[in-house]
Amino acid sequence: MIAPGQASDVVIDVHGLTKSFGGRTVVRDLSLQVKRGTIYGFLGPNGSGKTTTIRMLCGLLTPDQGTGTCLGYDIRTETEKIKRQIGYMTQRFSLYQDLSVRENLEFVARIYGLPQPAKAASDMIEHIGLVGREEQIAGLLSGGWKQRLALGACTLPGPQLLLLDEPTAGVDPKARREFWNEIHALAARGLTALVSTHYMDEAERCHEIAYIAYGELLAHGTVDEVVRQSNLTTFSVTGEGLVQLAAELEKKPGIDSVAPFGASLHVSGRDAAALEAAIAAHRDHTGLNWKQIDASLEDVFIGLMAQAKDNVT
Amino acid sequence: MSAMSNLVRAGFWRRVGAMIRKEFVQLRRDRITFATIITIPLMQLVLFGYAINTQPRNLPTAVLLQESSDVGRSILKALENTKFFKITQQVHDEAEFDRVLAAGEVLFAIEIPRGFERALRRGDRPALLVAADATDPVATSTALGALNNLVALALRNDRSIPDGGTPAFEIRTHARYNPAGSSQLNIVPGLMGTILTLTMLIFTALSVTREVERGTMESLLAMPITPLEIMLGKIVPYVLIGFLQAALIVGAGVLLFDVPILGNIVLLAALSTLFIATNLAVGYTFSTLAQNQLQAVQMAMMFFLPNMLLSGFIFPFLGMPVWAQWFSEGLPLTHYIRIVRSIMLKGSTLADLHYDALALVGLMLVAMIIAVTRFRRTLD
Ligand SMILES: Nc1ncnc2c1ncn2[C@@H]1O[C@H](COP(=O)(O)OP(=O)(O)OP(=O)(O)O)[C@@H](O)[C@H]1O
Ligand SMILES: [Mg+2]
Repeated sequence: MIAPGQASDVVIDVHGLTKSFGGRTVVRDLSLQVKRGTIYGFLGPNGSGKTTTIRMLCGLLTPDQGTGTCLGYDIRTETEKIKRQIGYMTQRFSLYQDLSVRENLEFVARIYGLPQPAKAASDMIEHIGLVGREEQIAGLLSGGWKQRLALGACTLPGPQLLLLDEPTAGVDPKARREFWNEIHALAARGLTALVSTHYMDEAERCHEIAYIAYGELLAHGTVDEVVRQSNLTTFSVTGEGLVQLAAELEKKPGIDSVAPFGASLHVSGRDAAALEAAIAAHRDHTGLNWKQIDASLEDVFIGLMAQAKDNVT
Repeated sequence: MSAMSNLVRAGFWRRVGAMIRKEFVQLRRDRITFATIITIPLMQLVLFGYAINTQPRNLPTAVLLQESSDVGRSILKALENTKFFKITQQVHDEAEFDRVLAAGEVLFAIEIPRGFERALRRGDRPALLVAADATDPVATSTALGALNNLVALALRNDRSIPDGGTPAFEIRTHARYNPAGSSQLNIVPGLMGTILTLTMLIFTALSVTREVERGTMESLLAMPITPLEIMLGKIVPYVLIGFLQAALIVGAGVLLFDVPILGNIVLLAALSTLFIATNLAVGYTFSTLAQNQLQAVQMAMMFFLPNMLLSGFIFPFLGMPVWAQWFSEGLPLTHYIRIVRSIMLKGSTLADLHYDALALVGLMLVAMIIAVTRFRRTLD
């Protein structure tokens, strides 16, 4: 038996989490296991319940049903202990807009009781590359700098677990890459990170991912596992009249998703035979070039979403 | 975890300190709030102080002369020479005396009774009857206060009146319609309480809702800080601010309005601080109950109005029905008005005021307990 808060293998271990707001269930029977040192991607369309799930994990929301532990502490009864060891980066910037970069970091350092708050803040300013901007008012920083400051603030107290809610939304590619390098460096030191995102390339940088839609966890595992589990057959079509083709295919049974990718169209379906039957009439069209390809993560997610919608409606 | 072990949890004061520091920095950044802290109390004091205290002038007065004497004429002349009274009519009997007052034709009716002069010269301290329509207590009481000196002055040159140190006559005032009038000096202490109530309530009423509206509450709640620590961190800075305001108001009251401080100024400071903390706690409680800043301000206003109207500041406390008096015991300003008036004008000590001081402590604790228990630790 491993003592709470000690190095156990599973950092997040929750079962059957359910949460509703005003009678509308936004997270339904969600179970999640995240191992120490993993970077866990949390994906799903807008309003699917990612933020709500993260808030339940750190004690900011009480689940209606379900149990579980976070860092070995009960998410219902031991939230105070959980709070001391997690770093939560909110989706919306939630540091003090009217405090300077330094003042925000020092405030966090003092609340967590770091021995030398001023020094801890200075070190972090250097680490996140905000030297020269430390006296700037946080509200006046550009979006990317705000994200860096927010990440700095939540890693400052040396947490065991990072819960990052869309940390790279609206951040330029270079800053995003630096951000992910930083997350990987932290993970290498044993930190666990749960990162919600809408970017496919970021999903592929995660050790494991989970996909949630309409409050339900639809798939989880490594990227390869998720793609394989989906049993998705995908064709790529290039040629003339793709727009019209897309409109025709979309309505046919057996086709789960049709999506343009640059000059080509991706046509996917879970049932290979049904898909082939659906496209058969179009395969011999001159000027169209059909090719079966491996499904991309995005195809998988769009397929999953379509499937979930069918189930809900 | 029990409340007690929460209290003594390691790092309690460090976290409270971090919170206090943060609040001060934010306050410093917020130039407008900072400016209002200084200017609002002074502006209100000067505005209301002068407006309410403006020495009433030319108040219509009726005179009933029951004898025709030198002394009577001196008094009438002195009255007419002042700015307060304007003798608008001479009445001829008691019935008319009552009628003009009841009809509102005059605010004052002065009766020099038969044999007044003779009694005065014998040193019998006769009574000069003054009836006042006290429905406007401020106006009438100011004038009444002045009357005493006025008549004494008028008679000083009359050598034939014995000078025994004590006034040679008695002014028997009868404030009709509103027996407990207030006096000029009561206004400044009352204003002090009112201004402090309003500003303190608003300061903390906004504090939690502001964090919720700006989204910073989500971060704060995810940190290891307890509701009690947050509350203290948000109240303490404003205790200092409130103390500064109180000092400004007392200073201005003494300088501009010649309000005396007969009692112990340290006691006044201590009890004022208690009063400030009580209002901050109440405002903070509203902040934890309200959904947004507008609601919080509305709650503060709903609380402020009865404080202002029922505390004895505007309407005499004893003039209210008993149920209203009971109700008012639950309002901090009721107790503070008594405290300030007593200390400044009567020189009262803590022994005289322990009931009101304890009542303030009680109200503060009730507010704080509600605030800490009602504080939403989650975003549910
Ligand atoms: N406090 C709340 N009260 C009522 N409804 C809420 C509350 N919080 C979230 N919701 C609803 O729950 C659903 C899930 O919201 P949530 O923020 O968890 O989604 P999300 O996956 O984070 O979406 P996004 O990708 O847009 O951030 C939404 O429909 C939202 O409107
Ligand atoms: Mg979200």
